[in-house]
Amino acid sequence: MRYVVIGAGPAGVTAAETLRAQDPQGEVILIGGEPEPAYSRMAIPYFLSNKIEEQGTYLRHDTEHLDKLGIKQMRHRVTGLDATAKKLSLEGADPISFDRLLLATGSNPLKPPIEGLDQPGVHHCWTLEDARNIVKYAEPGSRVVLLGAGFIGCIIMEALVERGVKLTVVEMGDRMVPRMMDQASGNLIKQWCIDKGVTVHTSTRILGIEANKSGNARFLLKCDPIDSIEADLVVAAAGVKPATGFLEQSGLKIAQGVVVNEYLESSVSGIYAAGDVCEGIDWGTGELAVHAIQPVAAETGRIAALNMVGKVTPYPGSMAMNVLDTLGLISVSYGQWMGVDGGDEAHLINESAYRYIKLQFEEDRLIGAITLGMTEHVGVLRGLIQSGIRLGKWKDMLMQDPTCIMEAYLGATHLNS
Amino acid sequence: MQRSLYISPDKCTGCLQCEMACSYENEGNFNPAKSRIKVFSFHSEGRFVPYTCTQCDEAWCKSACPTEAITLDATTGAKIVNDGLCVGCKVCTIACPFGTINYNATSGKVMKCDLCGGDPACAKACPTQAITYIDAEGTGYDKMRAWAQRTDTQSAAQA
Repeated sequence: MRYVVIGAGPAGVTAAETLRAQDPQGEVILIGGEPEPAYSRMAIPYFLSNKIEEQGTYLRHDTEHLDKLGIKQMRHRVTGLDATAKKLSLEGADPISFDRLLLATGSNPLKPPIEGLDQPGVHHCWTLEDARNIVKYAEPGSRVVLLGAGFIGCIIMEALVERGVKLTVVEMGDRMVPRMMDQASGNLIKQWCIDKGVTVHTSTRILGIEANKSGNARFLLKCDPIDSIEADLVVAAAGVKPATGFLEQSGLKIAQGVVVNEYLESSVSGIYAAGDVCEGIDWGTGELAVHAIQPVAAETGRIAALNMVGKVTPYPGSMAMNVLDTLGLISVSYGQWMGVDGGDEAHLINESAYRYIKLQFEEDRLIGAITLGMTEHVGVLRGLIQSGIRLGKWKDMLMQDPTCIMEAYLGATHLNS
Repeated sequence: MQRSLYISPDKCTGCLQCEMACSYENEGNFNPAKSRIKVFSFHSEGRFVPYTCTQCDEAWCKSACPTEAITLDATTGAKIVNDGLCVGCKVCTIACPFGTINYNATSGKVMKCDLCGGDPACAKACPTQAITYIDAEGTGYDKMRAWAQRTDTQSAAQA
């Protein structure tokens, strides 16, 4: 049996390890598209801020770990999939066949339709190579414009500020991290950044990036509705999308990502998907969703591999969850933080302390939450949401004081023992 | 034989000796805010509940870690944070459904109970045996699931 895994991120590496553990006789091939050992994009912000060396981003610290497991590694870009012939075409190498295939190709950065985005001096922040370029060009005193205040934009702000650059953030949405934070918390994060000396423009578009030949800056950014901004370096962080480009001719069902069933199998038998590239069931809403987050990557990689070896293992679905550190202000969001019709909401805000918590309920079950400025026991919000515990009278307490999440959890689960 | 922390909330008097002992053992000072075990008070019920990591088999924190910084101590069964490898990304803190791995802004790393290498200071400090270190089953996620089922069928409102 030949298993081929495309993508050497957390989903692909976890899957390859699981395949090896489950089928010691099988042939396991891991194809990565980048000329690096398997690494974690989640660690890049800490590489940018000099907290770790490049090796600190590696998913497995024993450099021979995959070799020792007998996992064959190939470094090629996959250019196409023939699902009927069970064959992959590779850039610069002969096609390769498979018996079972896992698509774990992750995401690619979104390229917003901005004139001048593709030119030297404009960098995405996605790969280790991108990070090396940003390190090289983000010199002290240089004017850096961050295009996008989403998750990636926010999480690299600290590294940029620590490098002593003059930072300006331009975000199309009406608040910071609009896909993860509500109005109140998104606005507080904006205020926090302004207090730290960052210039923030929300509800603002960059229309074009011009090489600024006459002036003293490298670029001039045309904006709407504000005046043009000068920049020496532009970092584009406008979001990501599942890396499905090479699957266009494959016949696989693709929506946002590769659509999978509860066994993480695509519309074609024997071909599975895991991690950022897969679009599976969100068990909170029951709808299809892409949850491009580390824990889901590791979980789906493992469960897809179990199904690939014939150990039938349903995946209960994933939910959105994120934790973000924006210049030291920590925010968390879970599940249906925007609430549902007929549900109840409780929130508490302390603007001067940059603290906020919002809980969403359906009947007496927690279904979503946002926190800002809290680091203690936040994980229990996942436990409460995912286990669907009926909170009963403890919900009433949370409606009065939503900060009492641990008390409510313990009250509903431990106090009767 | 591996042992685990077994907590009997009904025996807890809320003296907080465990928090002091944990902080001193792990941080070198008496700072309950840095303790990896916490005692929650239910004044209206006159109850106290000590709470820390159960070293669950699922090890949500370990599988969520993007830099292999959380490993299994084969001797004690504890899931241990390696400060040298932890980058402080906090993904484990939202992945753990028990809320028992937390970010320490002072160190820029996460922290959790490591069973003190097999001789937990909290259990030694507890004067009423509300915290014991024994060969025990049912201290992990199964217990939470059992509770979830129970609360599904018997409304917790009656609790």
